[in-house]
Amino acid sequence: MHVVIIGNGIAGITCARTLRKHHSDCSITVISSESQHFYSRTALMYIYMGHMKYEHTKPYEDWFWEKNRIDLCFDHVVSIPFENKSLQLRSGLEISYDKLVIATGSVPNRFDWPGQEAEGVISLYGLQDLELLEKYSTDTKRAVIAGGGLIGIELAEMLRTRNIEVTYLVREPHFWANILPQEEGQMINKHIRLDHHIDLQLNAELKQIFSDSKGRVEAIETLSGEKIPCQLVGLTVGVRPNVDFLRNSEIEIDKGIMVNEFLETNIPDVYACGDCVQHIKPPVGRKAVEQVWYTGRMMGECLGETLSGKRTAYVPGVWFNSAKFFDIEYQTYGDVPAQCTSEQSDFYWQHPSKNAALHFVYGKESGVIKGINSFGIRLRHAVLEQWIKEHKTVEYVLIHFEDAWFEPEFHKNYIHEIISEFNHKTGSGLKANKKSWHRILSNIKKATYGH
Amino acid sequence: MATEINYSISQPHPDNLGVWRKIGLALVAVGLAILAFSFGSGWTDISGWYLGICLGSILTGTTMYAYGLYMWQTPGIKNDSVWMNDISNRSTWAWMIGIILTTFYILLYWFPSSIGLGTEEAGNRGFVALFDPLSLFLKGKVASQWFAYGVLYSLAIISLGFKFLLKYRHSRYHIWRTTVLMICQLFLAFLIPEILEGMNQEQAYFAKDLKFFWPLNYYFFEDWHLNAMAEGGSMGMFFLVWGIALFLIVTPILTYFLGKRWYCSWVCGCGGLAETAGDPFRHLSDKRLSAWKLERWLIHGVLVYIFVVTAVVLYGYFTNQSQIFGIDIYTWFRKPYGFLIGAAFSGVIGVGFYPLLGSRVWCRFGCPLAAYMGIFQRFKSRFRITTNGGQCISCGNCSTYCEQGIDVRWYAQRGQNIVRSSCVGCGVCSSVCPRGVLKLENGPEQDRINEKPILIGRDDVRLL
Ligand SMILES: Cc1cc2nc3c(=O)[nH]c(=O)nc-3n(C[C@H](O)[C@H](O)[C@H](O)COP(=O)(O)OP(=O)(O)OC[C@H]3O[C@@H](n4cnc5c(N)ncnc54)[C@H](O)[C@@H]3O)c2cc1C
Ligand code: SF4
Ligand code: SF4
Repeated sequence: MHVVIIGNGIAGITCARTLRKHHSDCSITVISSESQHFYSRTALMYIYMGHMKYEHTKPYEDWFWEKNRIDLCFDHVVSIPFENKSLQLRSGLEISYDKLVIATGSVPNRFDWPGQEAEGVISLYGLQDLELLEKYSTDTKRAVIAGGGLIGIELAEMLRTRNIEVTYLVREPHFWANILPQEEGQMINKHIRLDHHIDLQLNAELKQIFSDSKGRVEAIETLSGEKIPCQLVGLTVGVRPNVDFLRNSEIEIDKGIMVNEFLETNIPDVYACGDCVQHIKPPVGRKAVEQVWYTGRMMGECLGETLSGKRTAYVPGVWFNSAKFFDIEYQTYGDVPAQCTSEQSDFYWQHPSKNAALHFVYGKESGVIKGINSFGIRLRHAVLEQWIKEHKTVEYVLIHFEDAWFEPEFHKNYIHEIISEFNHKTGSGLKANKKSWHRILSNIKKATYGH
Repeated sequence: MATEINYSISQPHPDNLGVWRKIGLALVAVGLAILAFSFGSGWTDISGWYLGICLGSILTGTTMYAYGLYMWQTPGIKNDSVWMNDISNRSTWAWMIGIILTTFYILLYWFPSSIGLGTEEAGNRGFVALFDPLSLFLKGKVASQWFAYGVLYSLAIISLGFKFLLKYRHSRYHIWRTTVLMICQLFLAFLIPEILEGMNQEQAYFAKDLKFFWPLNYYFFEDWHLNAMAEGGSMGMFFLVWGIALFLIVTPILTYFLGKRWYCSWVCGCGGLAETAGDPFRHLSDKRLSAWKLERWLIHGVLVYIFVVTAVVLYGYFTNQSQIFGIDIYTWFRKPYGFLIGAAFSGVIGVGFYPLLGSRVWCRFGCPLAAYMGIFQRFKSRFRITTNGGQCISCGNCSTYCEQGIDVRWYAQRGQNIVRSSCVGCGVCSSVCPRGVLKLENGPEQDRINEKPILIGRDDVRLL
């Protein structure tokens, strides 16, 4: 059996690795056109900032692929004649497959702004973008970034390490407002502005981009009519599935490639996973298109099992995610909406002087915990996953919170402050329990093995 | 194509150095100039002011420099431009520093008279003479090359320790650890032994560093050292018993409860230098699997080597023989170990090559004490680095900044705890992780190592 995978990102590569682990004699080919080897896209910013070189972002050494008999093909797929079960490559080669996995990731959005073709307008998705950014950085004094999300803030941090002034346009009243509740958003606003000296403009939108006689960006204009001189424009307004090269084929596509819970497409022997898919029936409580590292990895794992002969449905567990906003680490578990619904209550705690905060969301009647946002405080994934899954109450969570505390040793723990604020707000009399290794280990076991 | 390009080479808008850093650099330059000048000079009987100014300006200079560098930035990880910066990226500068350090070690070990060590008749000159006033003050004797070395070594740990403290001021783990390291170096390794030495002038020399024991101290069981301790009165007896107890009892117990970090990155002098002066070079360690293979052969080889050498030496001591099976013990056992391992490996390569191979070459590939503790850490200890469920994004910061060259990411991205004999528990992998994935902790041995990890996040796999 010859399995061909398009895309060497986390989804495609995890699929290949999982398949090889379970199935020793199929042949596996991974075709990808961005880089010869799998590298970690999430580390792009660190390459630019000089924390790492490209080579450090490769999770596996180069010999790994040959040793595991995963053939790498550094080429671009231009079309897929599904009826012949084959692929057309840019180099002119044609490759045939028995089973095909499409894991082509996503591409950055662009919203037809006038002038967006100018030199110096960039997005941030892959290595080629980094090359451009490197090129334009040398003569950029001020950059404007449009788009208040995770990639925008990473780009802002990157540019600041090269001492480039940054104006950051965010359409909403606070940073990442479709995800973050107001309290957290404001904490991040402040951090961006005061600690990192970024000209953060809220409720501001890009209208058009002007370029000079050589075609290089020289300014932008916002919707409110302000004109800002700049030499670089970063457009970070989200990504969409990278599926345009398949639009006119028989494979079913809406926003992304339509897949069922087994990650099968409408064409036999053709599967898809990662950023490029759209779930026909999204798992309960989840979105149809989820473009994060973790979901890519989980889908890849799942599909690898299916291809090895054990047909496995993709059933993601409790939602989790994480990011870092300049110096503030962020973790989230379960469901913390930007705004509580009428059935939900919340409890927000913020450290009086440090960049540390926790946001608990729970059922108004039941008190059952729904989700937790954490800023500047590391929490134990397995423990939170189990608490949410087992419908623990917010009281239970709070009194056992030390089990979830994952901050480095000797770091101050704020559990008493947090609980006394909760008691104060709700009139309850909770008292913190001591950390118990027994409980922690049993939660880790349950979260990992299910029993 | 993509693999050939270096994506981060330029800093088009360099920082303005600012007044703190400028003054700091100027002060360091003054101190280094005095040191450099002393080598060529014929100084004898030189005033204590020279040394005072030299040490004082280096200490204040580095601290001021670090203050200017870090305190104007928010607390947090400070690795910007590490791989663009000349010195930390194996540039010409790095090579030059490497060559200077290596030369210094070679002169120190094998040609001490060339750096000014005097003889019975003629006193010290030049570099060694510079340290005479301090040595006379502390122990009433002129300096040896080792005294001079001890002063500079402590200076490096203290001054660059301050820098490290400012760099990692957001982390209480690093603050505690580094403070303890600095105190251990200044008092246990330097001041107390020198003062004790001065109080017992007539006794033969033996090591009085409370934290320096066999097998790192490879001469502990050599006849001259055993004799010196035996004849050293109650203090000699104390150091003999303490030295053996440290190896046999204290180390296994502490390593069981805390991991080998209690020594390697909290107490040890070699570790102390690596963590402070070596910090700008920590990322240069080799992460390849092949380096790990080499490491296991080398470090355990040295461990076996010191056991054999010591057994032979003790045999000679107790039987009063200078030969074993007709082979001379000094020429074929003691001397080669001292030369190859004690001097060449731990000093010349271990420190001299900081800017090229990273800061822990000796600790990782050579140190027999590290090997010994590593065996406990791997098989019988409560210490582990816990991996936080499925949160890893495989970015590689942890592996890059592990001074021991451990591919931390390999474990983290598959949801597996890190239990490795070589981990010195510096905690930097945990600090640099942008997703809060790693936590150094001591906990129950049960489930410490998960051989078949499953990443948290999917519900279906658990139904198997
Ligand atoms: C800057 C940045 C930071 C991020 N940080 C985080 C984070 O911190 N946490 C998180 O959860 N997520 C993060 N993400 C999102 C995460 O990286 C993606 O969700 C994930 O990489 C998607 O993986 P994938 O395998 O589906 O696709 P990709 O990683 O995009 O891989 C697809 C590969 O296929 C190649 N390809 C596409 N079409 C073809 C073709 N026709 N022929 C040949 N090759 C093709 C592409 O060039 C690409 O290399 C970040 C994304 C970016 C851009
Ligand atoms: S694994 Fe982490 S704690 Fe251990 S030596 Fe490496 S960086 Fe330090
Ligand atoms: S630094 Fe953290 S997120 Fe990055 S690879 Fe290491 S453990 Fe994973």
